[in-house]
Amino acid sequence: MTKPTLDRREILPQLFPSTDGYLFISGLAGPARDAAALTGDSEKLYTMAGTMGAAVCMGLGVALSAPESKVAVITGDGELLMNVGSLATVASLQPENLSIVVVDNGCHGETGGQPGHTALRTDLEKMAEGAGIASTMTITSPDELADGAKFLQDATGPRILVARVLYGPPSDFRRNLDPAACRLRFRNSYLATA
Amino acid sequence: MTEPQPNDWSAQLFDKLVEADVSLLSYVPDAGNARLVELAEAHNDMRPILLTTEEEGVAICAGADLVGKRAVLCMQSSGVGNCPNFLSFVKGGRFPILMVVSMRGDYGEQNPWQYPMGEAAEPILEAMGMLIFRVDTPDDLAPATDAALSATFKGGQASVLVLSQRFLGAKQFK
Repeated sequence: MTKPTLDRREILPQLFPSTDGYLFISGLAGPARDAAALTGDSEKLYTMAGTMGAAVCMGLGVALSAPESKVAVITGDGELLMNVGSLATVASLQPENLSIVVVDNGCHGETGGQPGHTALRTDLEKMAEGAGIASTMTITSPDELADGAKFLQDATGPRILVARVLYGPPSDFRRNLDPAACRLRFRNSYLATA
Repeated sequence: MTEPQPNDWSAQLFDKLVEADVSLLSYVPDAGNARLVELAEAHNDMRPILLTTEEEGVAICAGADLVGKRAVLCMQSSGVGNCPNFLSFVKGGRFPILMVVSMRGDYGEQNPWQYPMGEAAEPILEAMGMLIFRVDTPDDLAPATDAALSATFKGGQASVLVLSQRFLGAKQFK
């Protein structure tokens, strides 16, 4: 496998040059910090700080219920593997408006960087393809970020972009961790404009 | 699709879900929800969602709520054991989700493998803060369904409609 050269803190702003029209759901830990940094922890983002494995299906629930919105799930390799069957659930429904970005650092960064399966033999893009996700892509270096952004904008949905990144700290961003306050923030904002 | 039965409780339950503006019916297949899923497949305003594991449905119901829609999660009682961690955001986030649990491992069960989760299902759900509405007889179905729908979508309380084996009838092993 190609050695990654991407710094995780730099990928989301380049993959989403504009966040207009997007609703974001992120799983726990590093991807939540990166997503919070991208949006300024906005009302268009719901992040988790537990419930590992829930992000893809929460994003699916949003995508099916708000078909006019673009929905992006930001998750990690450990979280996706914990509920990898959700890729099959997404594939069977084919929500055109759903994108999944996997920040794949090949380890469990939040708990001390213990190696994960993707550092060994597991390839998440192939698993997504096997599940039946319409469009899949893997990037490993900064010069592929522009193509990644184009993929998220233009590829047939649902689409999954696996960004293999260097092991390193996530974005340094403190977000709101109150799940009830964040639910109301997201919901009220969406319903005010829907 | 099978023809409606004289005592078609699934149709009664389904009609109440439609009336309450539920638009997504997520499920792991079980004999107890088979007809509900058939009805969802045949209805324009209800989308059935086949899950690989029950906990996915907890997250899908929460996602629907985030944009003001209503979803339910249907499963056999053994699937309750797959859900508790995800019920953390239901409890902590006060997501009003509704589960429909068809029981195994209670009244009349013949399979020893079903008893442990059958006995644990309700205590687990209660421990995670869910309200239980139990259906033991045909007369319970309408009031328990109304109560669960009101508690969830009007009262904001995560709830479970438990269809007991006394109500559903036990699977026969030969």
